[in-house]
Amino acid sequence: MSSLLFSRLLGNVNRGCQTRRLLPVIATFSCPQQRQMTHYPIDDIISGLTDEQIQLRKTVFDFVQKELAPKANEIDKMNTFPEMREFYKKCGSLGLLGITAKSEYGGSDGGYLDHCIIMEEISRASGAIGLSYGAHSNLCVNQISRNGSEEQKKKYLPKLCSGEHIGALAMSEPGSGSDVVSMRTKAEKKGDYYVLNGNKFWITNGPDADVLIIYAKTGTGDTKPQHGITAFIIEKDMPGFRTAQKLDKLGMRGSNTCELIFEDCKVPASNILGKLNHGVYVLMSGLESERLVLASGPVGIMQACCDTAFEYAHIRKQFGKRIGEFQLIQGKMADMYTTLGACRSYLYCVARACDRGHASNKDCAGIILYTAEKATLMALDAIQILGGNGYINDYPTGRYLRDAKLYEIGAGTSEVRRSIIGRSLNEEYK
Amino acid sequence: MSLRILVGCKRVIDYAVKIRVKPDKSGVITEGVKHSMNPFDEIAIEEAVRMKEKKIAKEIVAFSCGPTQCQETLRTALAMGADRGIHVEVSGPEYETLQPLHISKMLAKLAKDEQIDLIIVGKQAIDDDCNQTAQMTAALLDWPQATSASKIEAKDGSLQVVREIDGGLETIKVKLPSVVSADLRLNEPRYATLPNIMKAKKKPIKKLAPKDLGVDVSPRIQVVTVEEPPVRQAGAKVENVDAVVEKLKALGHA
Repeated sequence: MSSLLFSRLLGNVNRGCQTRRLLPVIATFSCPQQRQMTHYPIDDIISGLTDEQIQLRKTVFDFVQKELAPKANEIDKMNTFPEMREFYKKCGSLGLLGITAKSEYGGSDGGYLDHCIIMEEISRASGAIGLSYGAHSNLCVNQISRNGSEEQKKKYLPKLCSGEHIGALAMSEPGSGSDVVSMRTKAEKKGDYYVLNGNKFWITNGPDADVLIIYAKTGTGDTKPQHGITAFIIEKDMPGFRTAQKLDKLGMRGSNTCELIFEDCKVPASNILGKLNHGVYVLMSGLESERLVLASGPVGIMQACCDTAFEYAHIRKQFGKRIGEFQLIQGKMADMYTTLGACRSYLYCVARACDRGHASNKDCAGIILYTAEKATLMALDAIQILGGNGYINDYPTGRYLRDAKLYEIGAGTSEVRRSIIGRSLNEEYK
Repeated sequence: MSLRILVGCKRVIDYAVKIRVKPDKSGVITEGVKHSMNPFDEIAIEEAVRMKEKKIAKEIVAFSCGPTQCQETLRTALAMGADRGIHVEVSGPEYETLQPLHISKMLAKLAKDEQIDLIIVGKQAIDDDCNQTAQMTAALLDWPQATSASKIEAKDGSLQVVREIDGGLETIKVKLPSVVSADLRLNEPRYATLPNIMKAKKKPIKKLAPKDLGVDVSPRIQVVTVEEPPVRQAGAKVENVDAVVEKLKALGHA
């Protein structure tokens, strides 16, 4: 059929071949490099999406499957995404980068649920780039959009939304992870400037970011530690700021992460985000939306696990029949399907509530706690379904597992999330 | 120039879906299967939108004929830049036997009613591969046609079109009004961005019945049976060319 030559399909021509030729060809030849996984459809009527959101998912899906998915394995292998800047610009032209920012600053006037859908589909193609996208669009863009002054929004948002600039956010330090409020990076006032000294660690997009939101201690010794934190907007070229080694990670490889170093870094006082010494409020409310949006990362990875494993189970034959027809595999697939459905529904419900201004810290922590742990387990199941092939890096299931695991740690470890929910429940019974 | 362009957008089974035949062999399974706009029609819409951006066109009307879900196809067209949509509703068994001739008659009537200057459709649909609608529509309207277009340039009341033909590329000039069918390399369609999807919500879609256009959609064909293509047989290896010829003769192919 001449339609198979359709240029946009050329990237997926083997997907077309796979669906139109006999499937057993795949089982006998090992041509995984060319093979594109076909996708298990998502029932958006059950997830309750509006027509516009369904169209949004389709747009993002078509876009990332063409522009990102074919490169995902290579990005993971090489721990780098060479075409990252072009990819960000393309995302920018689609309005994906500033989804929650106002259109007057270059954003898309969207909501958290829209953001979740985009994050889910990007993570489905590449977990690493999904994380990078989340850090840019939520941690940086959304924070400036919610807490920035008029001048700050006008100055920084347009280029962050267009993809010309990449954003990041830094709160963690080598000595302050879960106990983020114990951070030691200091900002001392010197006239119209603040001078920052210290370092930050595990910062996503650190190596590439043009604009970064940095939390530093501005309080004097007698204030409570959480009341002495201020958020600053840093630009890459500010004197005294540099990035150090790119971290060599287990997963999320290609989502560049590094250490940030501040040595007498001069930041104008006008770059304070929010109020002086009130950074903790920016930080904590930011963490809620961060957890919500990042929770779509594991949902996207879980969808990818189903895409890969379900198809494999219906191609691979042993003992004369497709392995997907054996009960133990049927059981595994059923568990994967239901878990994914439950996670997606919980996620969308919380997102919808946040869009109505009804954000609950229990549920924002809860949704990422739940989906992250389920994603790791589902990736293990996907590897198991692929059997020996799941153990080879030619297949993506290993990457799914390594990427999924991060979500149990970043944005507050599972332990911290459980503490938050537990303590919140305690408060309700005081 | 300020043309009013009518673009045909067919809702077809998505290109990436594995087609399965119904057990009763009456057709392919469409229930619950992912559908999208015919890829060649996406190219047609994209071309119309580009002409509007170049101020050659002033209005783009997207047209789709089929069941209620065609509204989704029209929403995609609107999100890509069409101004309004027309949905002619046909469903059930009448939809199963709908043919390019029916669609051509609808397009022809709409072209007259809506004062259309240019009709752009995809060269063929990926489900039936007919490649007939553009040609039939032009004939019904007695308009010139430029099919399999890979480049369109508008110049004073006519179009210069480069067509992809078997021998290579043919450049022709057609006077407006005319019918053009889009081929693969005409352009690369844009993605519908979220802001445009939101804007598309406000654009109108007019609903019509076939009889409103004076078109009788009763079937002219009867589907006897639909089957999967035969399973590919194993090949055979031979020693030399003479053996190949022998084999072919024996199988009745030479």
